[in-house]
Amino acid sequence: MAFLRDYIKDVFGAVRSSLKGMRLTGYYALHHKKEKITQQYPDNRDELVLPERFRGEVVMLHDENNEHACTGCTACELACPNGTIKIITKFDITPEGKKKKALDTFVYHLELCTMCNLCIVACPTDAIKMAQTFEHSVFDRNKLTKVLNKPGSKIREGIE
Amino acid sequence: MWSFENISQSVDTWLYDTFSPTTAMLIEFLIIAICVIGLFAILGLVLILMERKVSAWMQVRLGPNRVGPGGMFQTVADTLKLIVKEGMTPNNVDRFLFNLAPFIVMIVAMVILAPIMFAKNFQIWDINIGILFITAVSSVSVIGILMAGWASNNKYSLLGAMRSGAQIVSYELSAGLSVLSIVVLTGSLKISDIINSQQNGWWIFKGHIPVIIAFVIFIIAVTAETNRAPFDLAEAESELTAGFHTEYSGMKFALFFLAEYVNVFIVCAIGATLFLGGWMPLHFGTANKFNEVMDYIPSSLWFFGKTFFLIFIIMWFRWTFPRLRIDQLLNLEWKYLLPISMFNLLLVTVIAILKWHF
Repeated sequence: MAFLRDYIKDVFGAVRSSLKGMRLTGYYALHHKKEKITQQYPDNRDELVLPERFRGEVVMLHDENNEHACTGCTACELACPNGTIKIITKFDITPEGKKKKALDTFVYHLELCTMCNLCIVACPTDAIKMAQTFEHSVFDRNKLTKVLNKPGSKIREGIE
Repeated sequence: MWSFENISQSVDTWLYDTFSPTTAMLIEFLIIAICVIGLFAILGLVLILMERKVSAWMQVRLGPNRVGPGGMFQTVADTLKLIVKEGMTPNNVDRFLFNLAPFIVMIVAMVILAPIMFAKNFQIWDINIGILFITAVSSVSVIGILMAGWASNNKYSLLGAMRSGAQIVSYELSAGLSVLSIVVLTGSLKISDIINSQQNGWWIFKGHIPVIIAFVIFIIAVTAETNRAPFDLAEAESELTAGFHTEYSGMKFALFFLAEYVNVFIVCAIGATLFLGGWMPLHFGTANKFNEVMDYIPSSLWFFGKTFFLIFIIMWFRWTFPRLRIDQLLNLEWKYLLPISMFNLLLVTVIAILKWHF
């Protein structure tokens, strides 16, 4: 008789688990207005909501005085797996007459970037971050090579 | 009052009054053929759109929403595309069988439509073996599928067709047994008798639990017979590309695609006729006030409402369950559905003999 008990248990278990699955999809079918996750992209461009950790492109943060936090340490350049970042440094003369290494140009090749986030992790001063822009199509690939530090910007006081 | 019955009656009398009986009959044949083809075209458009919308809602998507209001004309656009496409016949196929197969599948679907009752007294052919006719003819469609798979000269098509053969042959048994349980209760194979026997309540309410079990087994078995997910091994997009219709394109592909949906409609119509009372309004024994109110709803609406409800259920578990493996599929049939439906048939017979049903 044991096999008969197992058999009946099988049947009831199958019915129960099937109904469980159908209850979930049935719930979705009845509440599709509330539960839908589709974003109708080109139509909702204005109110598009992207997740906080969305990785669109690397940007450098500048404050209102046109100052950034990059020390030119090249940690991001070393961290980048495919040579997307090239940092050109210069030497500033400090008031005490000492030479100090500083950022001259932060070259960013968007066409090579895989949005892996390793440069942001590597940066010791949080000078760069991932922006949420993602419409990167251009007709001339030269436009994809960007200089991230704004012209005339300099390093913020107190950043070492 | 407006009804399918009156329209067909008046057309019939007008034709027989104006023409000789032979001519009138031929014209009626023609009208029926046009109506059936029109019904198929509308069903194809409506059911494919319904499937896409239902699947989208179950997967928390939107579904087609660009062509027409709410995507209503999406299937019309698809059909136009399929019509203007070239009907390719690949080089090394068996040309005759390859071109014949889609038509066989389609014609079988059309022939099954004959004994189905769409509304009160509105039926193409009320033969006294209606249900037997339906179960017999519906198994012919496997020949069309095997033909398509064999003639395509392609191992995936052949595999799909063979699977489809194994599947239809085995699931026909339990579908037939659950149909038989209603035949036992009614004592007739005639569709109109089966519907009239449900005047004081549908069989699913009158027949206690055994009929409910038969209904569930019927729905599972016909889903397998129409080759739909979770039993769509014959097509199995992910392993056999498209199974037996891999090599088809254009209108010939569209015929296979249409036949699938028309078959779904037909099996749901049969299920509605057997278990949910066909065009019969919802009646409860002697609650006369309630019964009168229900009679105001036209019988055609009752029929199509029930059929579309069953279609929704079949779509529902298509988009819920993953595809079964071939051994799981045959296990389900031979180890579970068939023994249960045999035992169930015995119970239904006891109920019918002792008149325990309401």
